[in-house]
Amino acid sequence: MKSIPAIALFTLLMAPLPWLLQSEYLLNFAIMALFYAFLGQAWNVLGGYGGQFSFGHAAFFGTGAYTASILQVTFGVNPWVAFVLAGVSGGGMGLIVGFLSFRFGLKGAYFALVTLAFAEVLRILASAVEFTGAGVGILVPLQQSAANFQFADKTGFYLVALALVVLGLLVTASLESSRFGARLIAVREDEDAARALGVNAFEIKLKAITLSGAMAGLAGSFYTQYFLYLDPAIAYGPAVSIEALLVPIIGGTGTLFGPLLGSGVLHSISEFAQHLTAGAPGLNLVIYGAIMVLMVLFLPSGLWGLVVRIRAKAGAGS
Amino acid sequence: MLELELFIPATINGLTNGAVYAVIALGLTLIYGVLHIINFAHGSLLMLAMYGVFFLYTLFGIDPYLALPIVVPTMFALGYGLQRGVISRASHGKDENILLVTLGLAIVIDNLALYLWSSDTRIIDTPYAFATIEFGPVLVSTPKVIALVAAVLIAVLFWLLMTRTDLGKAIRAVAKERTGAELVGINVDHVYAMSFGLGIACLGVAACLLLPTFYVTPHVGFAFVLIAFTVVVLGGMGSFMGALWGGLIIGVTESLGGLYLGESLGQIGIFVLFILVLLFRPTGLMGQRS
Repeated sequence: MKSIPAIALFTLLMAPLPWLLQSEYLLNFAIMALFYAFLGQAWNVLGGYGGQFSFGHAAFFGTGAYTASILQVTFGVNPWVAFVLAGVSGGGMGLIVGFLSFRFGLKGAYFALVTLAFAEVLRILASAVEFTGAGVGILVPLQQSAANFQFADKTGFYLVALALVVLGLLVTASLESSRFGARLIAVREDEDAARALGVNAFEIKLKAITLSGAMAGLAGSFYTQYFLYLDPAIAYGPAVSIEALLVPIIGGTGTLFGPLLGSGVLHSISEFAQHLTAGAPGLNLVIYGAIMVLMVLFLPSGLWGLVVRIRAKAGAGS
Repeated sequence: MLELELFIPATINGLTNGAVYAVIALGLTLIYGVLHIINFAHGSLLMLAMYGVFFLYTLFGIDPYLALPIVVPTMFALGYGLQRGVISRASHGKDENILLVTLGLAIVIDNLALYLWSSDTRIIDTPYAFATIEFGPVLVSTPKVIALVAAVLIAVLFWLLMTRTDLGKAIRAVAKERTGAELVGINVDHVYAMSFGLGIACLGVAACLLLPTFYVTPHVGFAFVLIAFTVVVLGGMGSFMGALWGGLIIGVTESLGGLYLGESLGQIGIFVLFILVLLFRPTGLMGQRS
């Protein structure tokens, strides 16, 4: 795992940030950037390394979020236990969606469409049945204590978000140096060739979507604890699915630090745009979309690809 | 359970809604059939056309049906330009890139509309919005009957265009064998852009048919694009007759789902149908195996 030193350095640099920033606003910004970096990393495992573009990661995110909130509100389960179970349920949803779509050989646009449809079915179900609070949503009661995964101080949330990102980095780094990861990349590059070499493509893709779903489920639980409110549009609406894929695409799909870079850049732009436009609705997303189009047009390997190219050039020059 | 007084009007209502879905899906299926891309911006472009119809009515007092000769060519030009200027440049030989570009366009268009026109739900007030026609014991809304007739007319026009004109021949040639078409002197870029333009022009028709009875918001496209995907997948990607039948089936499914399961859960029938078709018969009811 040659990326371990880089991940360790990143952790050391980021950990003291809350004590350096001294600003609720900046800390909140950092938490959201880390949160979306982790969600993007979840997408990256399946989309970046596995080449399976999901347009419905909200299906996994929302399932995790609802698991976490229903378990603690209705059944009185400890939020930290619910957090772990949210990962399990997100992974379970990934397994179900993956089993159905990969079993029947859906790929490319068809796979994107079926994931979108699953998220939409779940959104409609969540707004129709009672135990999710239907359209009204679920309010998690405020009971601030670390044992309850509700921190009075944003620093606690920051550290959890950072821990999630580091976890995501470690999972992704292990992909880059494991047999499973090598097989996954082989499936992405050429599924037929991989199968001809004896790779069980179905099983590999299924593992990847389960892992990706579990990560998105954890992200959903974190979101619930941070905002203490959930409704069907937040959990299963298209906004989450779009964020999840934008972040790694801007940063660089199939790269370790791509989602982190993408999330940092996107959220800086979004904050900047909101200041510039005095919070006019929609304008920051217009900029998101435009950047996405421009990236695909001119920089298909993402920002991380640009970094790598500049470094290679500098290396050749010196 | 199956009370005819409710069942028949709901079915007819479903058929008329389905006709508009069919028009939207015709555009989507043409674009897929020729360019092999799934246009995620389809719903957003429909929303733009609907705002076009809305403003033509409120600012200039132009009736939605009389707006057809303005809206349809404008949408065609927009589609032609988008394909030539943006989408064709993004392909880099990878399907994913086109998917992402059309998704990016959708995000831009939706949120620009939100910024410019706010999230208010807007409707127009035509004198005939609540007019009805009697079919035996059943009353059907006049604008919806017009939509149904227009949808069938559009399907026939498309069929004529594809089978009887040189452009249709060229489009079919490019759809079947791009390189071969290029070799016999067909301007492929032009045919691609024409197909995209025609597909988007369908949205202009749909917008004019919808607005007398429907509302417009910046997010209205998302609901329609999902339904249009369902229709296209159900009918078979690239099949015109499939889009027509698929639209009608989805319209009836939605209407009956709403009748028996309630408004909020009724929509689920469409997506369950969508997932089932994608899983068991991704080539659709009328699609050819590729």
